[in-house]
Amino acid sequence: MSSDILTLQSVTVTSGHDKSGRAETMDVVFSPGEITALLGPTGSGKSRFLYDIESLADRDTPSNRCVLLDDAKPDPERRFELQGRLVAQLSQNMNFVLDMGVRDFIRTHAESREADDPEATADTVIQAANDLAGEPFHPDVQLTQLSGGQSRSLMIADAALLSWSPILLIDEIENAGVDKSRALDLLVKSDKIVVIATHDPVLALSANRRLVFENGAVRDVLMRSEAEEQLLARLEQMEEEYAGIRSRLRKGEPLE
Amino acid sequence: MRLVTVAGPPSCGKTSILTKACAELMRQGVSCAVVKFDCLQTRDSDIYAAAGIPATAVLSGGLCPDHFFATNLEEAFAWAKDAGAECCVIETAGLCNRCSPHLRGVLGLCVIDNLMGIEAPKKIGPMLRMADLVLVTKGDLVSQAEREVYRHRIRQMNSKAIIRHINGLTGQGCRDLATILAMAPSIEKVTDMRLRFPMPAAVCSYCLSETRIGSRYQKGNVKKVTFGGAHEQ
Repeated sequence: MSSDILTLQSVTVTSGHDKSGRAETMDVVFSPGEITALLGPTGSGKSRFLYDIESLADRDTPSNRCVLLDDAKPDPERRFELQGRLVAQLSQNMNFVLDMGVRDFIRTHAESREADDPEATADTVIQAANDLAGEPFHPDVQLTQLSGGQSRSLMIADAALLSWSPILLIDEIENAGVDKSRALDLLVKSDKIVVIATHDPVLALSANRRLVFENGAVRDVLMRSEAEEQLLARLEQMEEEYAGIRSRLRKGEPLE
Repeated sequence: MRLVTVAGPPSCGKTSILTKACAELMRQGVSCAVVKFDCLQTRDSDIYAAAGIPATAVLSGGLCPDHFFATNLEEAFAWAKDAGAECCVIETAGLCNRCSPHLRGVLGLCVIDNLMGIEAPKKIGPMLRMADLVLVTKGDLVSQAEREVYRHRIRQMNSKAIIRHINGLTGQGCRDLATILAMAPSIEKVTDMRLRFPMPAAVCSYCLSETRIGSRYQKGNVKKVTFGGAHEQ
């Protein structure tokens, strides 16, 4: 089904209003290959914003926002067809439930995408997942036997390389035992619009820009500054050190 | 009155999403009424009532739930009309997987969840194959990849239906469902309408409360099969 696959140059979310009816000040434009972080406490409007994208809002959701694809309003028929298919989501509470081997499953997914060579595609995805996972897994292991970190890695690799949706939302999966910087590289290369809802400083600062939410609306759009880039480098170094200590503890080495 | 038939396996989330979608319609000023057909017991009419939606539940008890549904459709329609509903939703649980409640010319929905296993779309048969709209629940618990593969399997079984993910707990997608319900064809009466798929035949002694096992107790429309394969030389 080629109709399931969609490429976009840009997605624009026009300004709506917050929960009190005050107008948002700016439109937000998303392009493929860039990472945007969403920040704000629970209830500040992140989910609402994502739902607007997913349902291709046309001033008919509580926020009164409108979504444009490639700078144009999709016609009613296209809108109806695309609703709920624009956004691929990965979150903390997702699990694999299917009783299938990893390779079998990913090959099936590739077949459903009508990939030219499902076998080779499956190999690529599994290789990428193993690069992200702290502990590699065998391609023939059952999906349900993967650890949390392995599951998350496979989900990210599959979403980046095989998913239909042009927009990929990653919801708070920072604690999943996944190599964050590699995951981000893979996602940027995937040429999708990547949106990360996170409280993790490294992930938030890794994004090209941050949308700050308050009372159901976008309050601010912050581009990463020079100083923040330096801070990010420092935080990454600290994380690396921390991970090093953890792995030595794991191996049972003394830490003098 | 607009009429919608909704089918799907037990506990897949039919009542949750319909409660939210009908409540949304009521908010928009479209009056709804729900008839729940079930087998043994149900408290679903309380759930609808708590949400302020006129509802009635009926139980097939000792009868085939599929035949019971077809037999009482006119009366169900009349009840909803008397209740002053502009949109009547008929929710059927417990239909056997050989069956489909959908009628020609009436909006037919099938609800299934993402936790049912990859072969589920094949197994639940006509209620999915004959549906205009397939709603998939519990997608928040599984990976994106599984959702996409599952969707593909649904598509293989039903090439025409609209397939939507919907969340009965958070209500995500229920607003869109309300929009779709409000566009269901409006019909005068169900009398003389046709089922999209015939009901299974059932006239044997077990229909008449026979409980004993054995050929000698079996009369009427009985189908005997030949087992084999496993022990053949």
